[in-house]
Amino acid sequence: MTTFAGSQYIIEIIYLVASVLFILSLKWMSSPRSARHGVLAGEIGMVLAIGGTLLHHGIVDYKLIAIALVLGTIIGIPLGKVQMTAVPQRTALSHAFGALCVTLVGTAEFYLRTPSVPKFMMSVLSLEVILGALTFTGSLMAAGKLQEILPQRPLTYKGQNFVNLSLLAISLGLAVYLVFHPDAKQLFPLMILIPAAFGLLMVIPIGGADMPTVISLLNAYAGLSAAAMGFVLDSKLLIIAGALDGSSGLILSVIMSKAMNRSFTNVVFGAFGQVQASAAAGGEAKTARSATAEEAAAILSAANKVVIVPGYGMAVAQAQHKVRELYDNLTRRGVDVRFAIHPVAGRMPGHMNVLLAEADIPYDRLIDMEDINGDFPQTDVALVIGANDVTNPAARNDASSPIYGMPILDVDKAHTVMVIKRGMSPGFAGIDNPLYYLDKTLMLFGDAKSFVGDLVRQLGGDHA
Amino acid sequence: MSSNLVDALFIFMLAAFIGFEVIRRVSPLLHTPLMSLTNALDAIAVVGAIVLVGEHKSTLSAVLGFLAVVAATSNVVGGFVITDRMLKMFKSSRPTKP
Repeated sequence: MTTFAGSQYIIEIIYLVASVLFILSLKWMSSPRSARHGVLAGEIGMVLAIGGTLLHHGIVDYKLIAIALVLGTIIGIPLGKVQMTAVPQRTALSHAFGALCVTLVGTAEFYLRTPSVPKFMMSVLSLEVILGALTFTGSLMAAGKLQEILPQRPLTYKGQNFVNLSLLAISLGLAVYLVFHPDAKQLFPLMILIPAAFGLLMVIPIGGADMPTVISLLNAYAGLSAAAMGFVLDSKLLIIAGALDGSSGLILSVIMSKAMNRSFTNVVFGAFGQVQASAAAGGEAKTARSATAEEAAAILSAANKVVIVPGYGMAVAQAQHKVRELYDNLTRRGVDVRFAIHPVAGRMPGHMNVLLAEADIPYDRLIDMEDINGDFPQTDVALVIGANDVTNPAARNDASSPIYGMPILDVDKAHTVMVIKRGMSPGFAGIDNPLYYLDKTLMLFGDAKSFVGDLVRQLGGDHA
Repeated sequence: MSSNLVDALFIFMLAAFIGFEVIRRVSPLLHTPLMSLTNALDAIAVVGAIVLVGEHKSTLSAVLGFLAVVAATSNVVGGFVITDRMLKMFKSSRPTKP
């Protein structure tokens, strides 16, 4: 067993306290009331852990550490202050940074230890750099797509899956070879570059609507690579933090893929883009009814119960503050207004909640899909703002639809449905939405932000 | 080494279970701040990088470690700042009870 120097004991105890604080931090996230204590606990844990690490007896160079910490803080502050609409790409970017750190440390450890690396050590080290490298490039790619530097549409080509799987297989093959021949230094860079290429190619075919799943999956990989790093460095604290992050990412991935009725493999290997051609084909002339802001406002003001269904379109149009004015106006008139949140609405888990909370809408008005679906038959008006596929009744009753089986918000059961939309073009996944042709549906054509603004103006007008 | 390895596997297994149980209880309302918080916590990898820089065993390890500390620290700072900003926005319509 290891013999600890005196300071080593102190460090281990500090790490133990930090681990407890990290677990409490996540536990307190269970409710919005205690969540900010959770952040505080996490911060204290982090400061303790970093402080404890500085006591490490082997450390000789404090100046370089200080410079790096300051530099990281300077980069970190603006990343913490981004607009709420930019949170998905910020999150993807931070997965990339986390993975970068893990990959760099793994690389440094390899070159310090080669040529004699025990087999288990080399296995976890390989896992660490493979996961780290593919998460790094994959997350950068996702961030680029979310920031719209890169095309959001899925890019596909023939043999894509074959190429991707081959790259993954080659990386694993390299890892196995290195486990048995840890002196093969020249192969190590390949074990970073090939998974890095895989990460890029893995995210290229993935479209915007699948981003919530992909971000969650990358989160899980980042966590697992950090846990692997914990094994390499024999750091229990790192193993615990990595396991917590990994399980969080995994749970979110499962929730997201369930909410889209798709498996992981389907998200990663079967880009949605492929179904577009067949789905768009059956276009017979169906008629949809449209209404003006004035008509819509009259119906809304006569309603008792209104459910607003926000989607990515609301985020794109930055309409959340206008929606808040609409909410205020209707609430003042005694209308019961709630928001129905689909798990995959937006570009990352919980995206809509953050945007609506930013617009000062109380969180107890934001209702999950399972809790609100039973209430639609008693709802007078369902107002859909910038959401499409998550309201498509074809998912429930058309077995030939590409989204058949996906859990949806049952807005078609409300007495009246209003859909704010730019035009009749199909949604992101290119799937036609029968909801728009129902007799009870009114299409409100226009930009989400300006149309909601018009609604508020009309409502304000006849009440004053 | 081998007993340490088994210890480490036990710790990983237990922590993963705690993670699953704790995170399953997080309200979907808070999934975005949850992700930014776990991201900040995950950046505890900075401790490994700090040791690399501090020990300065080789130029390569110090340079890689330096970059790793910068990357992880930006996650720590940015992650906590944005999580707190987001959570501050979540308000209830009912008066908050102490």
